Amino acid sequence: MAYDKFTVLKSRAVPMPIENVDTDQIIPARFLKATERKGFGDNLFRDWRYDAQGAPRKDFVLNDPTYSGKILVGGKNFGSGSSREHAAWAVYDYGFRCVVSSFFADIFKNNSLNVGILPVQVSPEFLDKLFSAIIANPETELEVSLPEQVIRIPATGDSESFDINSYKKHNLMNGFDDIDYLQAMKDDIGAFAERSRY
Amino acid sequence: MPATLFDKVWDSHVVRKIEDGPDILFIDRHFIHEVTSPVAFLGLANRGLKVMFPQKTFATADHNTPTINQHLPVEDPLSAKQLQALEVNTALHGISHWGLGNPKNGIVHVVGPENGITLPGMTIVCGDSHTSTHGAFGAIAFGIGTSEVEMVLSSQCIMQPKPKKMRINVNGRLGRGITPKDVALYIISKLTAAGATGYFVEYAGEVFRNMSMEGRMTVCNMSIEMGARGGMVAPDETTFAYIRDREQAPSGEAWEQALSYWKTLKSDEGAAFDLEHYFDAADIEPMITYGTNPGMGMGITQHIPTAGEAGGGKSSYEKSLQYMGFREAEGMLGKKVDYVFIGSCTNGRIEDFRSFASIVKGRKKADHVTAWIVPGSHVVEKQIREEGIYDILIEAGFELRQPGCSACLAMNDDKIPAGKYAVSTSNRNFEGRQGPGSRTMLASPLVAAAAAVTGVVTDPRELLAEEELVASL
Repeated sequence: MAYDKFTVLKSRAVPMPIENVDTDQIIPARFLKATERKGFGDNLFRDWRYDAQGAPRKDFVLNDPTYSGKILVGGKNFGSGSSREHAAWAVYDYGFRCVVSSFFADIFKNNSLNVGILPVQVSPEFLDKLFSAIIANPETELEVSLPEQVIRIPATGDSESFDINSYKKHNLMNGFDDIDYLQAMKDDIGAFAERSRY
Repeated sequence: MPATLFDKVWDSHVVRKIEDGPDILFIDRHFIHEVTSPVAFLGLANRGLKVMFPQKTFATADHNTPTINQHLPVEDPLSAKQLQALEVNTALHGISHWGLGNPKNGIVHVVGPENGITLPGMTIVCGDSHTSTHGAFGAIAFGIGTSEVEMVLSSQCIMQPKPKKMRINVNGRLGRGITPKDVALYIISKLTAAGATGYFVEYAGEVFRNMSMEGRMTVCNMSIEMGARGGMVAPDETTFAYIRDREQAPSGEAWEQALSYWKTLKSDEGAAFDLEHYFDAADIEPMITYGTNPGMGMGITQHIPTAGEAGGGKSSYEKSLQYMGFREAEGMLGKKVDYVFIGSCTNGRIEDFRSFASIVKGRKKADHVTAWIVPGSHVVEKQIREEGIYDILIEAGFELRQPGCSACLAMNDDKIPAGKYAVSTSNRNFEGRQGPGSRTMLASPLVAAAAAVTGVVTDPRELLAEEELVASL
């Protein structure tokens, strides 16, 4: 899947200080029925964003014009639950390029990297700083530098480095994906399959 | 060097290690279904790629399928389109497909083991997080996203960093009326919904050794609910007896060869785990969840923890109780139940229906309860009829539906209405999981049966006669 290359992202951010945001909230199951990958952003956080009649819920952060930006800052254990990649598609399609949390569910993290979203895992203390800075001043910009592996709050001078394995970093910075890599290895895989027990 | 069961299976499947990157892991079995595969096939077509090993790929229709009138065309046009896409894609690529109406159709994690496709020592993936179920056989099995489905279709490999290793030991004897589901919900309540993130779990100890394959599948199935990539149990005589003579299992000389390999699949004495947990079976009660993630569970006679006692995050605790309409520190016994769901890849196997029937037998369904009784496969449905469970259900006023994922994730018409309470044997109680606004309490088939006949949350031990207990355990 083609996605935008990721290098340095400077943007305002949307705070969502809720723990255990699960994939059923990010994209409810009833919106998984498409056979093509498009339009998922419309239903991102559907049941938190709209009431049963389809009217926007005023108290939900995506409906609050105070906040905007390409960075979503979520609570601990973001993306738990289902393996549905549709959750990552919805986040990307809505316009987020980076999700920050103190802890991610594994499959969501993998899925994000595979579709061009950078998941940035920070310490609980830094996460608190992010929430405080954004909520105190919604115009606060964050700077996420993938080459340096650093996330900064330029206004306060706070920063923290984050981990990403170098293979995934390389892919994200160049817009490559794993399928390109595996296609180049077909002969090795074929030989391995010959020896395979099953 | 002593190796864990997980190491043995993982390491024997590494095609190549990428320095400071993921391992390239060869996949023995790839299960696909209608929801997470269409976009992967589309990606394949866009790149002009073929399925590398169609004979290692197995398709079934389950997430979307109706549980009544499966002989008729599927009414929901979007579901029908996904089912049609699976039909076309599997035909195009020569993949075996058990669609609606096929006697082998059922939930992907039920039909794999049932047909001897799932074997010890395999690597197994599927675009569904509950692929962890297959770990019950001593396989490495985990859920993947759609990009990864495309990856496996096109190369039979996946790129994954090797997870850390955790062992969960449960020793002692389970009390009366305590099922594998209770063991799973108990462990998750102790470790929280994120307590095993980054790990692959091995379940060890007396409780799992004494457990049936159905029970081990239930426990491994729920591994993902504490964040683990998967869970596994070392194969033993129970495993081998389950597999023997299944349609796609090895036979004759191949069986003997397989068996001698399978017997090596256990953690060596002194093998290192990154983390170990120990629990005592005697501490486990019938469990029920009160909140909106599977870690928010408690013994059925206990009280909902206070904000101070609850693990797993204060903000989600408060939001959960508000959503569920429950109050801090109150008990769950006696709470009104509107819906009961038995089924799913967690509890849709024959043993689960035997459990359910052990309480229902000689009783009547509570008038106000709507019960959806959904076998995990046609094979299970057949067993239900043959074993006389069907008659018990009908006499009690229940109806048996046709197999599928059903109300577990409510992608078909089986949706719990907003505000209603369901006791569910499925795996997730997330907000809106069983339909927008639905309120789910996760529990075992015994707890579900007790709720179905009394209409309220009830301790199943009060309804189990001594002789029935034997049948249920």
